[in-house]
Amino acid sequence: MTEKEIHPPEKDSLIKRIFKSIQRDPLSPEDDRGRMKMVMNSLVLHIHPTKTSKAALKFNYTFGLGGLLLLLASVLAITGVLLIFVYTPTPDAAYESMVALQTDIYFGNLIRNLHHWSGNLMVVVAVLHLLRVFYTAGFTRPREFNWVMGIALLLLIIGANFTGYLLPWDQLAYWAITVGVSLLDYLPLIGEPITRLLLGGSEVGAATLTNFYGLHIAIIPLFIFGIVSFHIWRVRKDKITVPRALNQEADKERVTTIPHLVSIEFTFALVWIAILLLWATFVNAPLEEAANPAHSPNPAKAAWYFMGFQELLLHFHPIFGAIIIPGAGLLGLLLIPYLDQDMDSIGVWFRSINGRWLVLISTILGVIGTFAFVLVDEYWLDLPNWLPFMPSFISNGWIPLAGVLLLLIGYYEALKALKASNCEARQSLFTLLLASFITLTVIGIFFRGEGMAFILPWS
Amino acid sequence: MSTKKISRRDFLNLVWSAAGALAVTELSFVGLRFLSPRATDGEFGGEFNIGAHEEYPLGSVTPVEVGRFYLVRLEDGGFLAVYRRCTHLGCAVPFDQASGEFVCPCHGSVFTNEGDVLNQPAPRPLDLFPITINEEGEIMVNTNSPIERDHTSPDDIFYV
Repeated sequence: MTEKEIHPPEKDSLIKRIFKSIQRDPLSPEDDRGRMKMVMNSLVLHIHPTKTSKAALKFNYTFGLGGLLLLLASVLAITGVLLIFVYTPTPDAAYESMVALQTDIYFGNLIRNLHHWSGNLMVVVAVLHLLRVFYTAGFTRPREFNWVMGIALLLLIIGANFTGYLLPWDQLAYWAITVGVSLLDYLPLIGEPITRLLLGGSEVGAATLTNFYGLHIAIIPLFIFGIVSFHIWRVRKDKITVPRALNQEADKERVTTIPHLVSIEFTFALVWIAILLLWATFVNAPLEEAANPAHSPNPAKAAWYFMGFQELLLHFHPIFGAIIIPGAGLLGLLLIPYLDQDMDSIGVWFRSINGRWLVLISTILGVIGTFAFVLVDEYWLDLPNWLPFMPSFISNGWIPLAGVLLLLIGYYEALKALKASNCEARQSLFTLLLASFITLTVIGIFFRGEGMAFILPWS
Repeated sequence: MSTKKISRRDFLNLVWSAAGALAVTELSFVGLRFLSPRATDGEFGGEFNIGAHEEYPLGSVTPVEVGRFYLVRLEDGGFLAVYRRCTHLGCAVPFDQASGEFVCPCHGSVFTNEGDVLNQPAPRPLDLFPITINEEGEIMVNTNSPIERDHTSPDDIFYV
């Protein structure tokens, strides 16, 4: 075949030829083959497969959480780029930019609110997305590494939130970052150099603001873009896990992505854009008075997603609260797909009927148990003073940690004794720990008042 | 000694890999040095002259805002320059004149006027800055590198 035979000369008008050189396939395909071709040949749509599992399209399976994250990332990119044009990252000018956004700039408040709330929402949605995948066993072979990339993305989202937190340069920002970065100081050997590099000195200052600005607008978004592309590409290659009822085979029927998936996504995105706009119109992002390095507010709290760790720090020596316990938790999260290879329960919510009850029981135990421990430690337990001859990393670190670990091992063994399967027992343990962490976060945010003393939020 | 022969191809692969690794190392080093914090002269981090020692009454605690420390004068006339950064998580610790203690607002650590931990979670006493006295009898405090200490000792206290 000659080149002329493959691409015969066009007989269309010039305008039509120009249009066809941009959009090669007809915009309204008439048969399934045309619809699939359109997905395959489109730069944007080709993140989807040409056909999708019909069962996985059910909204109450994925809840559209991954798609919502992509939408939020787009909203953040657009509003973020707009904010770059009115924001100056120096201690003298940063807070003034914030005030200007509220008073001088058309729709300044709306854009800042959209950016603020989308960013915070993204942390919540990313965790929900993780939970959806976890409780439907969507991480099993061959999807292990995509779970790991998901964790990396969660960390990057938190990193983006954290670096953005400093930029308004108000009291909230200054002290939340001071407390947050000081957590790193407790890393042995490498902690101090990393903190100095991150802060650009020994305390939060002008250099810190420059560093965080660069990380926030360039480095972290680039990493997120790269890993998200990989993450979605893997979903497309490995295909989504198909939901199924207990003791039933998964429905193998597949339908064309256009219109079945794309129309759902489009509607879903529009609904969420409406929600975000309403939210940003009526609820303002917080802004306190300008940062004052000489005066820590009382209480000084980290960003809300770090309050679980700050609460841990009230109960454990900092090496444990800031490094060992979060580090072990992260390692556990990363290893989940490599440890749990139970392929029989893929796509079944909570693995089994037993699994559903155990998740409920573990959640209740986690919430009540954590509250009980916090209150006991607050009002009665005082190991460092009872054991004054020990260094505090033993009396306030290894000893309470050993106690907690013994309880967890006991719970796991009790589950096994009650004939829970391996994956049900692991799932219960994960649920218990997660419920504890969320409870700690809630206590830190709502139940801590002046001097971080325990208070009741309604009194 | 091993006499295993290495093929020309393997040898060249090894050399090129090593050259690649070297390039990555060099560029990482350049990047990190480029980003490393610059020294700040004449600001916090330098040496401060805070005047004659007689100006500070016995049993007083005076904040020195620019130096980010408190000058503590004990009842027996000894001096301590206490860095205001909490050893727990870096908050600025205010001195409560009424109770005579440093009380951290962030996580509730409490320190004596000498910086010793009265109430955790702070893991160690407040850091100190070294004090010297010049020929005119004026107190000099060097804020370049805070002295970290595991416990307080009488040797920390500076006497004129």
